[in-house]
Amino acid sequence: MIKRNKFKEKIFPPLALFCTFLGVILLLIFLVNILIDGLSRIDADFITSLPSRKAEKAGILTAWTGSLWIMIMTALISIPIGVCAGIYMEEYSKKSKINTLIEINIANLAGVPSIIYGLLGLEVFGRLLGLGNTILAGSFTLSLLILPIIIVATRESIKAVPKSIKDASYALGATKWETITNHVLPYSVGGILTGVILSISRAIGETAPLIAIGALAYVPFIAQSPFDEFTVLPIQIFNWTTRPQHAFLVNAAAAIIVLLLITFVLNGIAVYLRNKWKMNLRY
Amino acid sequence: MNKKKKEYIIYLILRGCAFLTILTTIGIVTVLLSESLTFFKNVSFWSFISDTEWTPLFANKHYGIAPLVSGTLLTTVIALSVAVPIGLIIAIYLSEYASDRFRSVIKPVLEILAAVPTVVYGFFALMFVTPFLQLFIPSLAGFNSLSAGLVMGIMIIPYVSSLSEDALSAVPSSLRQASYGLGASKFQTSFKVVFPAAASGVTVAVILALSRAIGETMIVSIAAGQQPRLTANPLVPIETITGYIVQVCMGDVPHGSIEYRTIFVAGLTLFFITYLLNNISYFLKQKYQEQYD
Repeated sequence: MIKRNKFKEKIFPPLALFCTFLGVILLLIFLVNILIDGLSRIDADFITSLPSRKAEKAGILTAWTGSLWIMIMTALISIPIGVCAGIYMEEYSKKSKINTLIEINIANLAGVPSIIYGLLGLEVFGRLLGLGNTILAGSFTLSLLILPIIIVATRESIKAVPKSIKDASYALGATKWETITNHVLPYSVGGILTGVILSISRAIGETAPLIAIGALAYVPFIAQSPFDEFTVLPIQIFNWTTRPQHAFLVNAAAAIIVLLLITFVLNGIAVYLRNKWKMNLRY
Repeated sequence: MNKKKKEYIIYLILRGCAFLTILTTIGIVTVLLSESLTFFKNVSFWSFISDTEWTPLFANKHYGIAPLVSGTLLTTVIALSVAVPIGLIIAIYLSEYASDRFRSVIKPVLEILAAVPTVVYGFFALMFVTPFLQLFIPSLAGFNSLSAGLVMGIMIIPYVSSLSEDALSAVPSSLRQASYGLGASKFQTSFKVVFPAAASGVTVAVILALSRAIGETMIVSIAAGQQPRLTANPLVPIETITGYIVQVCMGDVPHGSIEYRTIFVAGLTLFFITYLLNNISYFLKQKYQEQYD
């Protein structure tokens, strides 16, 4: 008989269960605190007011409209490029040195810290293309940041489409592109959409790259076009958090509630789609 | 336009999109290197790595990267000492003990930890964790690496647990059966058979979490302070590489000045470290995937 440590054997499952919930419980404690601090501050005025030097008058109108601009522009730029790149790598690329290089490179890009993308955006989009600290510069920067996530999600969804469906399409005389648009993409759209929503949710929560390209903390007007300067919710939160006056911290807590609400809703949709898509995936 | 020509044009467009990712990397390296090379015309490389002070924004300027690197390492070590044990225990539990149903419910819940924006975690660290810890450690400064590191650790738990669990689940069940057949308990099988068999996959998970912690920006910018100093004391304000870049970008530093270039040198240092770690994990991953395929 192998020597057993009865105590370790017994203690592990409850200990592990505790660890599993530890992070979530701590997060819940944080959230309850945030709600206590910030919930009373959220009203129609807070959502529709411009920023102000007086904490009680300050609102998040420019911040959430900025976030909305960034979300839409980033989606418009990154989704077509990411999905196309994913299709290329899964359906077209043959095993060659350059394609292996692309593959390693994408894995690497996914691990590059977001602030580095900010420095790239500052020089290339901000200075070289002369976009400065506009919405367009921010959206390009965030698009590069989330491209690896979209590409990986696209590839995995396409990979799950059975070869028999493609073969049937080819047998009927369809070209490669016809097969992809008529058969491969409709079958994989659920998985791609899940990845896209998760990546957009990530983009909305990003602060550092936008600070790096020079997005402002104080913008007293609503952005009208992609060439306007902007601020976003996370930067507004960061700005309020660094103020010493307590009233601004309450504002920060209130803005965090709004940001988390958006993040959780997007993630919820993504999880729902993923489960639904997995269930439908029986051929 | 005939079909063949159209197909070829589509092929070229798709290929272009894929090549954009290569351009991104080339862009990052070019931007960081070109600004850094100009920096090193003014500051010797030797003083960059040997000077123990980093004060580019003060009148008495020193350009030693060591304090920023030590600050980064300090928060990273604290974060990993939270995330690695907890993440691995969760991974073993989910892979070896938990039911399928429990697993399928708990995994998305754990992913929430990684989905919360980092600026929110920064707020938590500054407003709740630091005051809470000050009840027990009165000497804890308002800005410190301890709370920043602890909160970052909670954030990266899912990075460790998710990838490790994948690696543990990939271990063939024949190994487990053999272990049970020899009379080993579930605990012994999990820790002495399954875990060692998945070691390389677990290493990949830890390296990726490490790389994530080193590059984390907002938590440390908010909660760890803005005072670069060469110390291993987790109770005092420090500054990380990422925190310094944010500090400079929030201020008004003129383009082309040496202060402006310091953020690219700091960025290059950060990129170099994380790039190295990412490559190591990528090749380890390729290696361990071959083992069971």
